[in-house]
Amino acid sequence: MSETITEEYSVTGGDFSRAGYASSQIKKILKRMDVDKAIIKRTVVAAYEGEVNIVAHAWSGKIEFQMDEEQIRIILDDEGPGIEDIEKAMQEGYSTATSAIREMGFGAGMGLPNMKKNADHMHIESEPGKGTKVEIRMERMVRE
Amino acid sequence: MTAAEMVNKLDLQVFSGEKGLDREISGGYMSDLLSDVMGNADEGQVWITLQTHKNVMAIASLKELAAVILVNGHKPDDDTAAQSNEEDIPLLGTSMSAFDITGKLYELIYK
Ligand SMILES: Nc1ncnc2c1ncn2[C@@H]1O[C@H](COP(=O)(O)OP(=O)(O)O)[C@@H](O)[C@H]1O
Ligand SMILES: [Mg+2]
Repeated sequence: MSETITEEYSVTGGDFSRAGYASSQIKKILKRMDVDKAIIKRTVVAAYEGEVNIVAHAWSGKIEFQMDEEQIRIILDDEGPGIEDIEKAMQEGYSTATSAIREMGFGAGMGLPNMKKNADHMHIESEPGKGTKVEIRMERMVRE
Repeated sequence: MTAAEMVNKLDLQVFSGEKGLDREISGGYMSDLLSDVMGNADEGQVWITLQTHKNVMAIASLKELAAVILVNGHKPDDDTAAQSNEEDIPLLGTSMSAFDITGKLYELIYK
């Protein structure tokens, strides 16, 4: 018996008033399914940062959520400017966010590092001028 | 200490989220960088900030923070207050600076 849950959320670039909506829906599912609390906390941080990156840096995107007994997978797939140098983007403090976005307290360059820290696996693919796809995976087996 | 007790002792203004005033406070976090709060604040903490926009409440809710205190007399945007009511997370205010209110809250919690 293995139940798989899948959901999909669309995200609009530049719409900060809805930033975090998909992540809060994902959190609700994780709570309802009684996922380990520490795993929920880490998943929420990673999902939110990924969602905000679509809002802040891309034009539009979708977030796919998949969960079975073993894993949680979140795929953040956007159409946008893409990332020229992924290694550089992963560095703490590196950000191309506009000053308007920084004034809101976003754009600290901590989003991708936060995702890396909190996810069990993270993979980024990007095509400059087209878009970015970030996949994060969490193992549901409680860490020793 | 509950959020309500903190409001009394620190003479805070209550903008919204009154239903959450019975939340228990476990500590505090002071930052205006949203990713910093996302990555480092923890459940039950009070978030001290000068950011007044709606994303503050999205983060407070995702992190299950106990309350938010706006410093330097800042007022919340209307949709920020509305979301605080929906989430039952108190949105509070003070005319004090972040430094002063953090010091006072620290003393209340740890002394
Ligand atoms: N989905 C994305 N599309 C385009 N660029 C991105 C995306 N995600 C991240 N980036 C790039 O990587 C940088 C670092 O991202 P991050 O660590 O989240 O910091 P921040 O979002 O605060 O700038 C961004 O400033 C941006 O240049
Ligand atoms: Mg980011």
